[in-house]
Amino acid sequence: MNMRSSLQRLSGRSRSAKPPRPLVIAPEDVLAAGPDASHGVILYLEEITVSFDGFKALNDLTLYVQAGELRCIIGPNGAGKTTMMDVITGKTRPDGGSAWFGQSIDLLAHTEPEIAQAGIGRKFQKPTVFEHHSVFENLELAMAGDKAVWLALVARLTGEQRDHLDNVLEVIGLSARRFERAGALSHGQKQWLEIGMLLMQDPRLLLVDEPVAGMTPQETERTAELLLSLAGKHSVVVVEHDMNFVRSIARTVTVLHEGHVLAEGTMDEVQANQKVVEVYLGE
Amino acid sequence: MLNSSRPMLLLSGLDRHGKTFLLVLATLAILVLLLNTAVPASSVLHLSTYTVGLLGKYMCYAMLAMAVDLIWGYCGILSLGHSAFFALGGYAMGMYLMREIGTRGVYGDPVLPDFMVFLNWKTLPWYWHGFNMFWFAASMVMIVPGLLALVFGWLAFRSRVTGVYLSIITQALTYALMLAFFRNDMGFGGNNGFTDFKDILGFDLTRDATHLTLFLITAVALGLAYVVCSYIVSSRAGRVIKAIRDAESRARFIGFRVESYKLWVFVFSAVLAGIAGSLYVPQVGIINPSEFQPVNSIEVVIWVAVGGRGTLYGAVVGALLVNLAQTYFTSAFPELWLYALGAMFVLVTLFLPKGVMGLAAQLKRRPQRPAAGVA
Repeated sequence: MNMRSSLQRLSGRSRSAKPPRPLVIAPEDVLAAGPDASHGVILYLEEITVSFDGFKALNDLTLYVQAGELRCIIGPNGAGKTTMMDVITGKTRPDGGSAWFGQSIDLLAHTEPEIAQAGIGRKFQKPTVFEHHSVFENLELAMAGDKAVWLALVARLTGEQRDHLDNVLEVIGLSARRFERAGALSHGQKQWLEIGMLLMQDPRLLLVDEPVAGMTPQETERTAELLLSLAGKHSVVVVEHDMNFVRSIARTVTVLHEGHVLAEGTMDEVQANQKVVEVYLGE
Repeated sequence: MLNSSRPMLLLSGLDRHGKTFLLVLATLAILVLLLNTAVPASSVLHLSTYTVGLLGKYMCYAMLAMAVDLIWGYCGILSLGHSAFFALGGYAMGMYLMREIGTRGVYGDPVLPDFMVFLNWKTLPWYWHGFNMFWFAASMVMIVPGLLALVFGWLAFRSRVTGVYLSIITQALTYALMLAFFRNDMGFGGNNGFTDFKDILGFDLTRDATHLTLFLITAVALGLAYVVCSYIVSSRAGRVIKAIRDAESRARFIGFRVESYKLWVFVFSAVLAGIAGSLYVPQVGIINPSEFQPVNSIEVVIWVAVGGRGTLYGAVVGALLVNLAQTYFTSAFPELWLYALGAMFVLVTLFLPKGVMGLAAQLKRRPQRPAAGVA
C-alpha cells in the first residue's frame, strides 16, 4: 500500500505543492491499524465541496492538519465549520473533493463508527453525554476496543482498563463525582466529561466544537489547560467563537469564510490580515 | 458481582428489586398450586381452574410487556407491532396443537386439520410439515418471530428509520399480517384460526391438572425471562442500549454500531414475545387473526406505560394491573372499558411519566425529604 503510494509519488502524479498522499482505498485492516502519519500530516482535506439545496456550505475547502498540532478554526456563523466536522466524521458525504486520515484511511469510504474506531473523536457543540448513566459509565462506554454486541454482553472491566479510566477521571477533574449521574453535572463539567469520553477512545485526532461556550471564566481557563495538555500526544482541532480563548491556546489559526479558507497563520498574522478584518474580526 | 463463578454469572444482573420480584412470583405460584389443589372446592379460598387459566394468561401478557419494555423502555424504539410476534409464536404452537388432534377431529382425517378438509384441500401445505413434532414447533415459536424481526429490523434500522415513522411501519406490519391471516388460502384457518385443541404432548387439555401445569410452566418462563432480561440490561450491552436511547448520535460517534445493537434487541424482544404467545395459546385454547389487531399492540404499550417503562418489574406490574382492571370493567361496565383504557393512558402520560412503579418509588423517598430540609 505504502509502496504503491510511493510509486505514485515517484511517477510525479501527485502535485508537489501538496503534501503527498495515496489514491487507493484502504482495506479493513488498514482501518484497524490507525492512521499513518509518517509524513507529519494527520488530516488531509482537499477541494471539499458540500452543497445543501444549492447553498454551498463548503466551497473548495483545502486544509491540512499536522500530527500533534493544536489547530484553532474560527469564522463567522455559516462559514462551514460544523459541516467540515461532519465531513471528517462521516456524517455528511461531500459532493466533491477528498478527505484522508493520515495517508492510509480514506474518510469518505467509511461510516461514522468505523471512523471513530480508526481514531477520530468528536465533541459536539452542545455537550452530549449520556445523562442517565453515571460519569464512570459514560467513560466506560467510550473506551476504545471492539464494540460488538456479543462482547458487550459479557464484558467486564480489567484492572488495566480501570486504571486508564481513573487516569482520565483525574485529567478531567471529575474523580470525586464518578458515581453521579452525568445529567446532574454542571454545563462545564459535562463539557469536560465529553472530552474525557474522547480521551477514552484513544483518538489520534480530536475534533472539539465550541468547548467553552457557556462556561465561566474559571472553567474556560481550566479547559484551555486541558486542551493544551492534550496537544502533542493527540492532534486537536478546535472550533471556537471566543476570541480570547482562541488567543490563549492557538498556535495556528485557520479562518473559514463561506466554506472556504480565508487565511491561515498565527493569531497575530490572521488579525493583521485585511480580508479577515473585513469579514470577521472587524465586525 | 466480583469474581462471580460461571453459573452465577446470569444472576449477576439481579438487583434488590429483581430478587423481590422472583420471590413474589414464586410465592404466587406456590399459593396458586395450594389453593387450587389442596383446598377443597367448597371452600371460599379455593381457586377455580378458570382463575388459574386467567392468571396464566396474564403472565403471558406480562412476558409480552417485558419484551416491549426492553425495546421501548430501554432502547427507545416504540414498537407498535409486538403483538404480531406474540401471535406468530401462538400460531406456531397452534399448528402443533392442530396436528396433535389427528383423527379426533370432526372429519377424522389423520393428517389434515379440519379446516383444510372443509376447504377441500387434499394435501398438507409444505409449511405445515414438521409441526407434528413438538420440538420442531417449539423452535419455530422462536425462529419465525425472530426471523421476521431480523429482516424487518435490518431494513428499518439500516435506513435509519426512527421515532414515529418506525412506530407507524410496525403498525402496518401487524395490520398486513392480520389481513394475510384472515385469508383462507393462507392455510392458517382464515378468520376462525385454530381451536378445539385436544392435548399437548399427550396431556389432555380439558383436564385441570394440565392447566395448572401450564400455569406453573408459564410462571417459571416469566421468572427465567426476567433473569435473562435483567442480565442483559445490567451488562455493558444494556448500558449501550440505554445510551442509544438517550443520545443515539453520541453512541455512534464513540464507535458503536447502533444498528447492530438495535437489531439485536429487536430480535431478542420478538423471540420473547413469540415464546409468550406460544404459552398463551394452549391456555386460552384459541388463536385467530384478531391477535394481530393493531390495537392489541397499542394496549401492550399502555401496560408498559402504566407500570413504568425502563423497569422490568414495572412492565409486569402494568400488564397485571391493566388486565385485572379490564377483567373487572368488561364484566361490570362493558361499554366503558375503552374509555377507561384511554383515560388511563392519558393520565399516566400526563402525571406519571414513570408509571405506577415510579410513583411508588417517589412516595417511598418523600418521607426523607423534610428531614433533610430540617438538617
